[in-house]
This record gives sequence, C-alpha cells and structure tokens, in this order.
Amino acid sequence: MPPSRPTPIVLLLLFALTAVSSSPLPPEDGIRVVSAEKRIDLTGPIVKVFLTLKVENAPGASDASQVLLAFTPTEVEHLAILKATRAEGKRKKKAYVPLSVEASDLAATPNGARLYSVLLSTPLKPGEKTTIEVLYVLTHTLEPFPAEIGQSESQLVYFRDSAVLLSPYHCLEQVTYIKMPSNRIESFTRVDPTSRAGTELKYGIYSNQMPNTYLPILVHYENNRPFAVVEELARKVEISHWGNVQITEQYKLKHGGARHKGVFSRLEYQSRPSMSGMSSFKNLLARLPPRVHSVYYRDEIGNISSSHLRTDSHKSELEIEPRYPLFGGWHCTFTIGYGLPLQDFVFESDDGRRYINLTFGCPLLDTVVDDLTIKVVLPEGSKNPQPSVPFETEQHIEMSYSYLDVVGRTTVVLKKKNVVGEHNVPFQVHYEFNPIFMLAEPMMLISAVFLFFVACIAYLHMDLSIRKSL
Amino acid sequence: MAEPSSSTEASGGGDGGGSGGRLRDALGGVLCAFALLLIGVLAFSIRLFSVIKYESVIHEFDPYFNYRVTQFLSKNGIYEFWNWFDDRTWYPLGRVIGGTVYPGLTLTAGTIWWLLNSLNIPLSVETVCVFTAPIFSANASWATYLLTKESKGPGAGLMAAAILAMVPSYISRSVAGSYDNEAVAIFALIFTFYLYVKTLNTGSLFYAALNALSYFYMVCSWGGYTFIINLIPMHVLLCIVTGRYSSRLYIAYAPLIVLGTLLAALVPVVGFNAVMTSEHFASFLVFIILHVVALVYYIKGLLTPRLFKVAVTFVVTVGLAVCFVVAAILVALVASSPTKGWSGRSLSLLDPTYASKYIPIIASVSEHQPPTWPSYFMDINVLAFLVPAGIISCFLPLSDASSFLVLYLVTSVYFSGVMVRLMLVLAPAACILSGIALSEAFNVLTRSMKFQRPTSDDGSSTAGSGSPDTPAHSMKYDSKTVVKSETVSKEKSSKKNRKDKESQGSSSDDPRMEEKLLVLPCGPSALGIMLLIILCGLYVVHCVWAAAEAYSAPSIVLTSRSHDGLHVFDDFREAYAWLSHNTDVDDKVASWWDYGYQTTAMANRTVIVDNNTWNNTHIATVGTAMSSPEKAAWEIFNSLDVKYVLVVFGGLIGYPSDDINKFLWMVRIGGGVFPHIKEADYLRDGNYRVDSHGTPTMLNCLMYKLCYYRFVETDGKGFDRVRGYEIGKKHFKLTHFEEVFTTHHWMVRIYKLKPQKNRVRGKLKLRPSSKTRSIRKSTGRKNPWQ
Repeated sequence: MPPSRPTPIVLLLLFALTAVSSSPLPPEDGIRVVSAEKRIDLTGPIVKVFLTLKVENAPGASDASQVLLAFTPTEVEHLAILKATRAEGKRKKKAYVPLSVEASDLAATPNGARLYSVLLSTPLKPGEKTTIEVLYVLTHTLEPFPAEIGQSESQLVYFRDSAVLLSPYHCLEQVTYIKMPSNRIESFTRVDPTSRAGTELKYGIYSNQMPNTYLPILVHYENNRPFAVVEELARKVEISHWGNVQITEQYKLKHGGARHKGVFSRLEYQSRPSMSGMSSFKNLLARLPPRVHSVYYRDEIGNISSSHLRTDSHKSELEIEPRYPLFGGWHCTFTIGYGLPLQDFVFESDDGRRYINLTFGCPLLDTVVDDLTIKVVLPEGSKNPQPSVPFETEQHIEMSYSYLDVVGRTTVVLKKKNVVGEHNVPFQVHYEFNPIFMLAEPMMLISAVFLFFVACIAYLHMDLSIRKSL
Repeated sequence: MAEPSSSTEASGGGDGGGSGGRLRDALGGVLCAFALLLIGVLAFSIRLFSVIKYESVIHEFDPYFNYRVTQFLSKNGIYEFWNWFDDRTWYPLGRVIGGTVYPGLTLTAGTIWWLLNSLNIPLSVETVCVFTAPIFSANASWATYLLTKESKGPGAGLMAAAILAMVPSYISRSVAGSYDNEAVAIFALIFTFYLYVKTLNTGSLFYAALNALSYFYMVCSWGGYTFIINLIPMHVLLCIVTGRYSSRLYIAYAPLIVLGTLLAALVPVVGFNAVMTSEHFASFLVFIILHVVALVYYIKGLLTPRLFKVAVTFVVTVGLAVCFVVAAILVALVASSPTKGWSGRSLSLLDPTYASKYIPIIASVSEHQPPTWPSYFMDINVLAFLVPAGIISCFLPLSDASSFLVLYLVTSVYFSGVMVRLMLVLAPAACILSGIALSEAFNVLTRSMKFQRPTSDDGSSTAGSGSPDTPAHSMKYDSKTVVKSETVSKEKSSKKNRKDKESQGSSSDDPRMEEKLLVLPCGPSALGIMLLIILCGLYVVHCVWAAAEAYSAPSIVLTSRSHDGLHVFDDFREAYAWLSHNTDVDDKVASWWDYGYQTTAMANRTVIVDNNTWNNTHIATVGTAMSSPEKAAWEIFNSLDVKYVLVVFGGLIGYPSDDINKFLWMVRIGGGVFPHIKEADYLRDGNYRVDSHGTPTMLNCLMYKLCYYRFVETDGKGFDRVRGYEIGKKHFKLTHFEEVFTTHHWMVRIYKLKPQKNRVRGKLKLRPSSKTRSIRKSTGRKNPWQ
C-alpha cells in the first residue's frame, strides 16, 4: 500500500532541509567524514542504529577534541540512549574506548536539528583519521499503519529516516542498511541507488554529500514483534542489614502497537494461533539476578498463577504471563517482588562506607520503559547517601517509613524517562551505616513487652477499688 | 494443638500438687492461660489452609463488598463512610452504603489497619481483611471459654473453647479471606451471651453496661443480632416462669434493653427499626413483664400475705382488662402491615415455606435453603452426638446459666433447621454443650478411676499414656473437689465480687460424699476414657480435613487435580482484570447479581445489580433481559445504559455453578415482576433443557446465545460438560451483541452491545414494545433519583 498521507510532509521537510543546507555553514574545525556506515535494526519494537564513522581532521586545521553528531528534533525526542566508542590501536590490538557524549548547543543548526558532541579522549591532530562507533536507540518511532487492526491481521508499521546520514560535516562516502524482521515490506522510498535483498534494504553508496543533507525515506513493513511498553515502572529496593535485599517492581504495561479493533474471539485465538493475534503477546521474560528467592508475581486482585522461574548459577529467568494476552492498546498492571541475598549486592568500601550495587533499568527483556522510578530504601539510620549512575537521572532524597520505624529510612529516588535494555548497567548508592541501628527495633519490642508485663504486675498488686474488699 | 497444651498443663498440675494449694492454684491459672493461648493459636492457624493452599485473597462474593467498603473507609475516613453514596452499583439508582451496611466488620478491620499503620507497619488493607476472620475466631474461642466457665467451670470452658476453635461450621465462615460479617459477629454473639450470663451470676451493673456495649457491637456487625434480642427475653421469661426471678435477673436484663436499644438505634442500618419492627417486640414485652414481676415481688415484700392476695386479685382483674385493650391495639397495628411487621428473612425463619412461596430472591440463595442431614454431620460432626449428653449435664444441677445454654441450643437447632446459613449460630451452642458433656464425662471417669485406686499410680499412668486430655480433667477434678471453695473465694476476692460466690456455690455444692456414690468400676471407665479420646481424635481429624479440603477454596480461583498435575482456573480474575484495564471507567457492566460485588470490587466498573438484593424490580429487569430474545434484551440493556454484558459459562470445563444453571432464577424472578416472561415457556418436562429438546424460547433467549456463541466450533459437537449433553442450537449469529473477551477456559464471556443502527430512510422506528414500556415505567417508579 503506497503511503499517501505523510508524503507532503516528507517533501516539505526535504525541501526545507535542502534549502537550508545550501546556505553556507560556519566551517567546523576541519573535520570531515571519510566514510559512514549506518545500520538500522528494525527487527524489534525499538529502532537501534549502529553508526560507524571514519572521520579525518583536515591537514590545515587545529586539533579537534570533539566530533559532532546531528539528530532531527523528532529523533531527539525519542532518543533513549546514545553511546560512542572509538577504535584505537591497530588490527590485532584493536580496543574500543568508550567516549562520553553530551548535548551540544551550537547555534548553527538548520531546522532545529540538535547536535551531540562526542568528546574524544585524545584530540584528533590535523591530518589524522579515526573511527568512531556510535550506537543509539530510538523508541516510539515506529508508527503502526493502519493504526487499528483486527484480530487476524498482522501489524504494519512506518519507519521514517533519511537515506543519507544527517551530519554537520561533509561526507565523502556513505551507506545505510535497514534490517527488517520479515520479508514482507509493503513499500519503501527509492533514493537511487537503493536495493533490497531479502529482509535488508540498502541505501547507497552515496558519495560527496553536503553537510546537513536530509533525504527522507519511508519504509512500510510488517513487524509483529511484541510492542511491550512499560508506561510506568516503580522499582523499590529495600535493604535490610539482617541479610536481605527486597525488590518490588510495579509495572503498568501496555501493548504499544496497532490498536486492536472489533471482536476478540478466544476461539480463533486458541484454535489458530498462527493466524490470529500475531502482533499480540502473552508472555514476557524477566531476567533477575542469580540466587533470587521468594519471588512473587501478582496484581491488585491477587496472585497471577501463570509464571515460571528458572534459576541457575548465573542468572534467574522469570517467565510471566499477564492474566490475558495483550492486544494492541490493551493495558495491564502487575507487581513482581523478590528477595536477594545481601552479600551479593551490598559491599563495604575501603573508607568504611557501604554501597549497594544494582542494575539500572527494567529486568523485562525487549521492553521500553517510559517512566522509570527507582527507590533505594536504605536501612534506618543511614546517612549521606550518594547515588552514582553512569548517565543522567533525576535524583532526590525522601524519607519513608516501614515496620516500626521511628526516624524513618532515607530513600534515594532516581527517575529516568525512556529507558531501554541498554540502560541495564550497574549503578551504586553509597551510604554510611552504623550496625548498632540494627538493634533498635528488637530493643524497642523487647522494652514494649517488658513494660507490658511490668504494667500487668503493677495492676495485679494494686487495689483499685473504692471500697475495701471485705 | 490444644491437646499438647493440656498435657503440659497436666504435668504442671502434678508438680504443683506437691507444694500446697496456693501455688497449684497459681500454676493452674498460668497453665489455663497458656492453654487458652494455644487454643487461640489453633483457632487462628487452622484457618490458614486457604492462604497456604491458595493465596492470601478475599473469598467469594460478599467479602469483596466488605473489602471494598473497608478500602473506602481506610482511604476517606469515617465521616465520608457514613455519607457514602455509591454510584457504581445499582445503576442508575445507586446505593447509600453508609446507611445500609452493618458497619461492625468494616470498622473493626479499618481500626486494625489504622492502628497498624500508625505504628508504621505497612500492611495493606487486603491483608488486614484476610486475617480479620481468623483473629476473631481466636477471640470467639476465648469468649466461649468464658461463657462455659460461667456455667460449668474452667475445665468445661477449655474443652468448649478447644472444640469451638475447630468446629467446621464456624471454619466454613471464617477461613482466612472469608471477610464476612459472621466472622466477627459470632465472637460478638458469644461474648454478649457471656456478659449476660456473667451479669446474671454476679448481678453487677458494670457487666450489665458492658453487656449493652457488646450487644451494640453485635448490632453493628450482623443482622443476626435479632437472635440475641429474642433469645435473652425468652430466657428471662423462662426464669420468671420457673420462679427463678431475682434482682440479678433484673440487672442483667433491664439495662441491656434500655441501653442496648438506644445504642442499636444509633446504627444507621437499624435506626428506628430497633423500636418499630416485630423482631424487637418480644424484648419490650418481656421488659414490661419483668417490671410487673419486680413490682409484684417488691409489693409482696411490703405487704402481709393476706393483703397481698387481695391486691393480686384486684390488680389482675384491672390489669387484664387493660392488657387486652393494649394487646388488641397492638395486634391491629401489626396486622395492618402486609408482612406483619416482620422482614422477609425473619418471616422465612418463622415459616420455612414463606420465601419459596413469595420471595424467590431469598429462596434463590443456596445458603438460605434448609440443610440436609449430611450437612449436620459435616458441620458439627460428633458434636451432634455429644450435645444431648451436654443437655443432661446442664440439668444436673440446673442453674440460670445452664438453663440459658440449653435454651440457646434448642432455639438455634430450630433456626439451623430452617436455613443452612444459621448452622453457624448452632455451632457455638453445640460446642459449649459438647464441651460440658466431654468435660463431665472425663470428670466422672477419671474420678472413679482415682477412687478405685487410692494410690492412683496405675490409673493415672494409663490415663496419662492414653491421652493428654484426661489428666487435664483429673487435675481439674482435683482443684474442683479439694480446693473448690478456696478457688472460688480467691476468684471472688480478686474480682471484688462477693455476690457470685453464693451463685457459684449453689451450682457446686456437691461435696466428696456425693461424688463417691458416682464411682464406676475401673475397667469400664478406662475403656470409656479411651473411647472418648478416640471420639475427640475423630473430631479433630474431621475438622482438619474440613478446614483443609472442604472450606478453604476461595471460589474465585478454582483448581483441579488431574494426572498431569494441578490445573488452575483463574478465569474470573482474568475477566475482571480485563474489564478493569481495557474498558472505560464509566462503562456499565450487566451480569446476574451474583457477580455484582466482584465486578465493582475487582473490576471497578458500574454494575446494574449486585448481591445486596434490595431492589427486586431491578433484578427482575436484568433477569428479564437475560431471558428475552436478543433484540428485546438489547433494548432493555440499552435503556439501562449498559455497555458490556458478562456471563459465566461452565460448559467447556464443567464448572457447575454457571449462569445456565442459575437461569431458572432469572426466569422466576423476572417473571415475578414482568408477567410476559412465563416459566412454562422455558420448561420441557419440568426441566430447563438446553439440548435439542429445549423449547424455542429457551434456545433463543439471550443467556443461551451469549453462553454458547461459537461454542460448537470448539469440539465440533457442542458438548456441554456440565449438563452432559450436546446443546440444542449450535450455529447462530449474534445480531445485537459482539464478543469482546472470553477468558482462557471460557468461564467468563464478555459481550459488548453493538451501537444503535443508523436510521434507515423511509422506515419509521417501531414504537417501543409494551414490554420495555412496562419496564421503563416500573424502574421509573422505583427510582427516586431520576
């Protein structure tokens, strides 16, 4: 089906961009892209882009300490993670050094395109070449079309991008590969040279592109992978120095694909599983740490019995099924909770402080988390919490009260939007804790019971009657 | 668990026996407290089978409503709760929850929750609700101990408490998760009786006031409070008739009626019913009689016998005349109301055939049916055989307290015979009397063994090895015979109540002389002890079995065991979760009233009718819709603004209590209000059949269609596993409804009303049929808010 609706917009964008790109840009510090290879992975519900840039500093320029990457405003909005590495060393001893990336606010970008600068660990001397590998992930960029499908239809989505690399630099040679999950591609924009081989589309090789060139393409293809979107995830980590780390995760899950329309026939769903509800999903896999115990999976109306836990020494896998299969636009909520042994996660650092080492992100595989909140509840009496997360998060500290607390527990709250699997990296929270506080609550209980018995004894030995008993 | 406790008690008692009466007495008290504690633990833990075998979840239907009310209370506070108008049920009428609910249970659980949370113990409302019933059954067994102790001493009390802790009838209503009024009401019932008997024994106004408060709690908790307010007057009347009037009786009764009625009127759901309905009438009548009798006794004390006789003849002639006039007026007043001032449920108690004749909605509830003999055996087991012995022992000697127990038993036997649900009221009476019987039997047997062998080595060792139960009672016998008077005086001085010494003394004025006469030969008594222990053992085994297997299923999640493991059928929650997450918040869901409470609580959607069956017409409307053909049903549902229709269908997996099996009540209740639904149209040879012999009306009604839509395609034949035959009409299409969700095992099917068709040009819309008009009219008439 040829796309009709978005075409004018695409044309307009094309026009605008080319118009702007013709205007001269302030010359960057002599960097140009020798060759660029962009591999777009569209097999899942998210868009993963691997970008290999071979950049060269012009012989006459000064040292370059950064390389700029450009994104359209839509991409920036949906950009979940952006990572860059630099290949160093020769063939045999090739090593990838991670580079830090930050948003750059250089003004001179056409059409609101945003620049991100990759900070090079060692400046690029004039005339030198280097290879930078960039990975970025975009969420919610695949637009289902048609937006509503019946039970027996499969899900088709639009993907929009540019055939050439959007870059502030002059680009000598560039190619784009797009990988699809299946052979079924309804349509794609041709920007010659364009070729299709099985599940892969190839745009290019384009040579000698001007800076800020944008050639919009539209790919309409079949994607029946589960579009599992966790709209809200609240993870709560409670540390007890008596030996347990308790984690509670509350999920609000949605099928983010094409909306389900009309009837849901269980008969069709059960008798013809290959034909019906292809884009729906009924189970999810959560990868939990090893030695996990007391796992539960429930929602607000009770336990959900359809889950399986497999554990081995490296990892635990929890396979969960929501109460009903999720079709497009359907929601469900559930809670997963589990305990972990303290010694696997809480350590004492050299300066006497303690830290907990946990994995950021969502344990469910292949999901996008729109809104992630991690609360690390430190034991009562902890002081000076310091979270260290390898990327930007919104942080604040609050107090929470649990079993018989008097002063309350210091709670570190970390918030992040748009979280994908690539965010599942370790993070730490450092804090000070005096083990004497572990005894506070037992002592409180003991004294309460003691006082109760003292009161009983006192009562039994006192005569409270007004009249003397005869 | 009670048994080990008694064994420790026995050994402890033996130790204490050496070192003086005082120490032994103290030890006895401590051991008694310890035994009670263990009985409480037993009562609590035997009810946890449901949590262990299934999960910590609210059970069945009514508890879901109570849970929802508790959630509201804990979220919005008590004042909001009193004024709560619930617009999510009985659409479009709504329901004033605060004024139509017995708030005792909710307030209790709400208070527990609030208390825990103010101690920073973050238990959820659900957890508190789940465990309220087990906690209160522990309380109930302690109250049983107190009540029995008041009439027959602590040994019988412990026995009765242990029996009550595990009586299946009570377990069936108070397993963890069964969050229903009865859970706390039985405690309140027994405790009120205890305080009444305590007041009767002591004549203390303090206990009388407590009694009124306890009665107030009972009124808050359960509609069954009318049992108390009729039973106590009956007992008072019995006492007066048998010439046992005393000032203690007056103190026990008069404050209860005055304070209790005032307090009862404070509960919104009771209100002026506390003085206006016939259920309470007996208590006022007896109140008057009691005063007359008190006056007579007073005057009798003032006047000489001769003068008294004259006065009596005078008063009787005048009084009778006045009484007749008053009685005539009262009878006329009462008779002028159609139900004679009685509520439907009470009437069906007095006349067991009443409900099935006039109110199908009461008759349709399975727990309102009369019980069968096996259910007696299931619910009270060996107690049924022990109770007569208990009655006999209550008559030797007959005290006020024991006569009360006998009266309680006799009335509750009657009520349990009328309604299976009231078996619950019988259970405490049966437990108390069986406890007394067992305790007395052990008492007699161990005593005779002891007197047979003065050395008592042999006897006690066999008894000790035989069962832990016996020594407990031999110890009790010791304390009772040897240090009885001392115990009594100790108790009294500590409680500062001199008065009940005489009453207690009168009940236990049997010295050793008399007991020696009751000695049995050693062999038979040992055999008797063994048999009694076996009987107790059988009872315990039965109770544990009943608790574990029969009464622990939460009924919202079903399990079945087959050769390839355990199958879980969680379809109800699947459907409710789907409704709750994938429909609009204000959508209305129509289903048969059984599922109303669950839908509002679990799916949070507005329902048309629910388990609080206060409006018969509304239920009849839904029943009519379900038994009408599709188009007519669509019109009824559309007029009620319904968007989804939910039916429960067990034909695929063989779940018997589905909507097709309940269908006769839909027809009956619907036909009771809307005469165009005739039961005969649905019947073939007196049966509701859905196979090829089914009537066309049956095979075309909405319920049939919604249940069996595309069912035939599952196996090609349409074999219904509940009914055990192939369905009658196999291939059909739905014109006015569309399937939007069916659960995994097809147990719940949800349909959506198709939107109204566009008007076709040139074709006038038909006038609404007379049927819908009559419905409109009737709902409009019944609905004060429209």
